[in-house]
Amino acid sequence: MNNLVILPLIIPLITGIILMFLKDHVRFQRIVSVLSFIINIGLSFMLVQNVYEHGIQTHELGNWPAPFGIVLVADLLASMLVLTANIVSFCCVLFAFRSIGSGRENFSFYAFVQFLITGVIGAFLTGDIFNLFVFFEVMLMSSYVLIVLGGTKIQLRESIKYILVNVISSALFVIAVGYLYSVTGTLNMADLSVKIKEVGQPGILTVIAILFLVVFGLKGAIFPLYFWLPSSYQAPPSAVTALFGALLTKVGVYSIFRTFTLLFYHDQPFTHTLIGYMALLTIVIGCIGAIAYSDIKQILIYNIVIAVGVILYGVTIATPEGLTGSIYYLLHDMVIKGTLFLLAGAVIVVTGTSDMKQMGGLIKRHPLLGWMFFVATIALAGIPPLSGFIGKLLLLRSGLETENYTFVAILLISSLAVLYSVMKIFMNCFWREPKLSAEQEKGSTKGLLYPSALLLVLSIFMGVGAEWIYPYVADAAKTLADPSIYIHSVLKE
Amino acid sequence: MKVNDLILQTVTKVVAFIILIFSIYLFWTGHYTPGGGFVGGLMASSALVLMLLAFDVKTIKNVIPFDYKMIIATGLFIAVATGLGSFVFDVPFLTHTFGHPHLPGLGEVSLATASLFDLGVYLVVVGVTMTIIQTIGESE
Repeated sequence: MNNLVILPLIIPLITGIILMFLKDHVRFQRIVSVLSFIINIGLSFMLVQNVYEHGIQTHELGNWPAPFGIVLVADLLASMLVLTANIVSFCCVLFAFRSIGSGRENFSFYAFVQFLITGVIGAFLTGDIFNLFVFFEVMLMSSYVLIVLGGTKIQLRESIKYILVNVISSALFVIAVGYLYSVTGTLNMADLSVKIKEVGQPGILTVIAILFLVVFGLKGAIFPLYFWLPSSYQAPPSAVTALFGALLTKVGVYSIFRTFTLLFYHDQPFTHTLIGYMALLTIVIGCIGAIAYSDIKQILIYNIVIAVGVILYGVTIATPEGLTGSIYYLLHDMVIKGTLFLLAGAVIVVTGTSDMKQMGGLIKRHPLLGWMFFVATIALAGIPPLSGFIGKLLLLRSGLETENYTFVAILLISSLAVLYSVMKIFMNCFWREPKLSAEQEKGSTKGLLYPSALLLVLSIFMGVGAEWIYPYVADAAKTLADPSIYIHSVLKE
Repeated sequence: MKVNDLILQTVTKVVAFIILIFSIYLFWTGHYTPGGGFVGGLMASSALVLMLLAFDVKTIKNVIPFDYKMIIATGLFIAVATGLGSFVFDVPFLTHTFGHPHLPGLGEVSLATASLFDLGVYLVVVGVTMTIIQTIGESE
């Protein structure tokens, strides 16, 4: 038993409940949210350290042994994602203090953020496939509320699409779990892995694997299942989009990692090749979208799609180094997408629009915002001292080693497209002649910049301090590459 | 035109109590027979909905002056707190226990901490159903 595993999950849940009681006191809501995030970040940090030193930690809920009860499993990948998710959502909430407006704050905005985090962290930590479904629903229902809260016309329209797509994908998830349960007779992931290995993944299990790929692909927005994402993420306010962009799709990607490294890894020539092609097309589609638009939010949203493709390809390169690169890129991407969406949110607050053609010359009056955006863009593209570099370097190297030359070429070209698309934002918004005079600006950046500065510092640290972070990520990849470590620590055989 | 729904209102006054008692019966017997917090909570809210149909929203609000959103929060809190209680005894989250105490007047009964968790479920279900129905009923 180890309470450290479950505390990062319970704390946001309890905080959410307390915030429901405090619904008329916005000041207290803010204080409680901040306190809970700080406690939770500390606890997740301890969890990462604990897992790194003592191996995988488990928590058997209700004191039932592993295949019979639900078990929470914190391996290094899950616990590092918990830590990153906590930090990013902390910054998004700090951003929301100044930008979300009292109309939303009075209707339990912070409580729903806490429930969203509960779902995300639960999905990372669980070791049971049906429990994963439940946490997906916890996360999705809070995201439905956050996407519609405020009730503007565009939010209402987009939330209908978003809910429709997710209800269908959740139904598919239940069907997939039903099939899997009727074939194997268990729901515990470690036990599933053992059972699937015993029968050597015959055709029916490969079919189920593809069904899972469709389900998680719909959640994680991979080609050709990404169609709902660009318009849905356009609708909510920037703080919420940052939260979604940094966390929600990554949960889908994490689930693909988990299922295809732990459960369905016996028919790699078919499943992993398919994932590889889907990942490549995802990158291509993302690049096309990112170059085509002249709307800040749309460009960043298509950059999410590109990153999902890049991370996903790591599953196909099933070498420890390829997985290390993928995990590093995953952690980096959560942080940098948070930063970019928050900075874009600040730009939108100042100009009152997200259309690039209607802005210009912002650097004259907002030099700090401008240069922070610049650093974030080059970090996103993967310029050496910053955090995007190491992940891509490792992916490239293992791509060359395993002779995936198409991937290497597409990754390099996509980096260029990413850099072009975000540099386009920088040059159009921050350079050129100013379009708005001081009086015409729609709002001030007061208090909006420090959450993104916090994330930016973290991102720079992840690049410069790679020496410290690399051993953790490499250890996480080792666990992913060898499922027996996971199985032994859960089933205690 | 003034509608005279005397029969409906009189019957409701009797039937609502029967439904409420049935819901409590379902709640308590859930451990050994079909029933439990979820269906018990739905049954209780159906009694409240019947009263809403027979009378109007304002009257019911005067008679039962609860904020149902607070009931949801209370129910959630009770459910999580029963889970957290296990930490005190140094066992994993949500570990439940039971006993057969001899209560005066009732004789030997079996009490399980799982029914506290069920109470949380019961309150959440009542709270959610009534919040949905009241909110839809009040919006123009």
